[in-house]
Amino acid sequence: MMPIELTRNRFVKATLRARWPQFVIRAIALAGFLFAILSGLIGTPVGNHNFSIVFVWIVWWALLMLIVVPFLGRGWCAICPIPMPGEWLQNGALLKPHGKGLSLNRKWPRRFRNIWMQNIAFTLLALFSAVVLTRPSITGLVLLLFLIVALVTSLIFERRAFCRYLCPVGGFIGLYSQVAPVEVRVKDPAVCAVHTEKSCYTGSQDGYGCPWLVYPGTLTKNINCGLCLECLRTCTQDNVAFNLRSFGADLKQPSGRKLDEAFKAFIMLGAALIYSAVMLGPWGALKSAAYAIGTPQWLVYALTLLGLIYVILPGTFLIAVALGRKLTHSKETLKKSFVAFAYALVPLGLMAWIAFSLSFVFASLSYLWPTLSDPLGWGWNLFSTANVAWQPYLMSIVPFLQAGVLIGGLLWACVTARRISAEQQQGRNITLQALPVMGFCFVITGGLMGLLIG
Amino acid sequence: MKAERFALLFVIVLVIGVPLVAVLARSTSDTIEMHAQMADNGGWTPSNLTTQVGQPLHLRLTSDDVVHGFAVGQSIIPPVDVLPGQWTTTTLVFDQPGKYTFYCTRWCGPNHWRMRGTIEVTGTTSETITTTPPLYVTLNLDLDAPHPSEVVPDEKPSAIRGAALSVKRDRAAELDRTQSPAQLWQALKAAPETAALTDQQIWDLIAWTYRSRTTPERLAEGRQLYQQNCAACHGETGQGDGVIAPSLMKTPMPGMTMTGHETVAPINFMDAKNMLGASDAILEGKIIRGGMGTGMPYWGPIFTPAQIQALIDYLWTFQFGQ
Repeated sequence: MMPIELTRNRFVKATLRARWPQFVIRAIALAGFLFAILSGLIGTPVGNHNFSIVFVWIVWWALLMLIVVPFLGRGWCAICPIPMPGEWLQNGALLKPHGKGLSLNRKWPRRFRNIWMQNIAFTLLALFSAVVLTRPSITGLVLLLFLIVALVTSLIFERRAFCRYLCPVGGFIGLYSQVAPVEVRVKDPAVCAVHTEKSCYTGSQDGYGCPWLVYPGTLTKNINCGLCLECLRTCTQDNVAFNLRSFGADLKQPSGRKLDEAFKAFIMLGAALIYSAVMLGPWGALKSAAYAIGTPQWLVYALTLLGLIYVILPGTFLIAVALGRKLTHSKETLKKSFVAFAYALVPLGLMAWIAFSLSFVFASLSYLWPTLSDPLGWGWNLFSTANVAWQPYLMSIVPFLQAGVLIGGLLWACVTARRISAEQQQGRNITLQALPVMGFCFVITGGLMGLLIG
Repeated sequence: MKAERFALLFVIVLVIGVPLVAVLARSTSDTIEMHAQMADNGGWTPSNLTTQVGQPLHLRLTSDDVVHGFAVGQSIIPPVDVLPGQWTTTTLVFDQPGKYTFYCTRWCGPNHWRMRGTIEVTGTTSETITTTPPLYVTLNLDLDAPHPSEVVPDEKPSAIRGAALSVKRDRAAELDRTQSPAQLWQALKAAPETAALTDQQIWDLIAWTYRSRTTPERLAEGRQLYQQNCAACHGETGQGDGVIAPSLMKTPMPGMTMTGHETVAPINFMDAKNMLGASDAILEGKIIRGGMGTGMPYWGPIFTPAQIQALIDYLWTFQFGQ
């Protein structure tokens, strides 16, 4: 499917270029974010009655994983409030550029210009997630830490370095945004090539140079595009478009595949497996170990998690890729094949997270009503919903949805693996080379089916 | 610049205004907010309250972790459940000055019984209350001394079998609360009117004596108290195997003496050798005072004398069947 340029429509273009809609949404999100920190720190310690837990880890997570990431990619990053205070100090303005900000505007160190820091940050969060996701005070502290780190990063480094290189959430959103059916791309790269000002990167009086440190003229994937739309505002050639495209279009791009992004796919897949076992599985001892931070049991849990996502999954996948190469006498290097095939895990991982989220989101969504009326757990009843009892929604159809999503993810991963194989095999033994990778995806899907549906 | 200022104002109002309104809107009524947490995490907050005779004490209670219950000892105020994240209100009015104990009525954890607090009620009352010290105090009984029974029945004594015996005794006059069943058995064995009975028949007669001094209502009350307050450690069937018992089975290091901070396995009420050597007075004392250094809580400030007697009557049913 050829991309459909939505910004051809004048209303759409005007809305996307306007600062106020995005600013208002971000400001409201910032207020909500700060309220989540506040409620985490001073509200009830009972997680399912506290705004921070219910709105962050149930409502926001549901919106993010079930709607925003699959359909809008980095749509969340476009309105994320976390970098907002830092950006304000950095730019010296909330809206259009004017005046001078406070940042030192240092360049991000070259050796860290990848997503390894984000991988590590997500892993750390995963290690402590059992506590972070259930204790409001810990959630409040973690959110506050996000805000402080983003603020400090903005004061030292240029642009949205926090979002691009540090944010643990932004890391996986970027990876999965390759699947989303929207993109910001230049209409004609030839126009950019002769445009000497490069205002999309350097900025102009209408907007900032790409906050995500990306030159839109060569943008081919969504991974590092935060959909902030600044390039749409700053391009003097009217050469930037917001497109509707087919799902997974970026996965068809053979260039720009990297090891750090490949590992992100393993981290996310491993975390989905572990979370499914810990949070939804029947193993009380495993759950207790995940909660008992600092104990020998937790150490075993932590080592298992680390072993799974950094050794077992990549190791097994490496064997699968090597087997495919051996069967087909592929001339591609093992490393390049390993990295390339890991992108087949992107749709599999996203679908795994959607299936996992379906489990607890519909089971826990009814906590929303009492929390709306009493967000801090102080006994308020603002909307007369404080006493609405917990009840799971759609539980009879959720397993079928999960099965459909997981099978869909498996098929998508297999198709992607075959396409990647086709890039390397020039028409010969395409399926054979991809077969071990497909087998890997099949085993993972089976494991998730067992854990989530039983 | 105008737009920028407006944007800044918008952010300030949203970001500072919303939390500020929330904090300021917090109720400042005369109701006392009480938070319940498992004893290991702090128990009741606040744990000490004061009020005056006849003055209503309004409480809003919530649990910060698991399900708890709130009740005031030695009072007729009905207990209320305290649920996680939800608020329960109750109003207490006291007509007598004194120090009351409030406590958790739900098995919330191994140290559930430590979830207690006090209400100091000051003021005067026209009524004069006289209290009688319990028997273990007036008799100066050593509650911690072992009291094994020298004789035990071959099978569980039966009140029905005892009732069928031709020998009848004036139970009210003859059941001494300071006497253990074993001592009673010895006395009956030596008494001429019961000398012809077999050893088991004497036990059956004692079972009938204990059973017939109480009523079904009192046994039901004792059973309810036992299930709510004792079964977690002593077990539903009295065998000392309650759900919390495994966590209590600690003994002092060899050669060390009990310091008062240890816990030991809960008593097995089905153990005839131990139980039949105890008297009402000893059981009452242990319930009131608790088992010093064993982990057995003290119930003196919680139960009324009538409740304690109902509980004792129920405890004897573990030894004496119908």
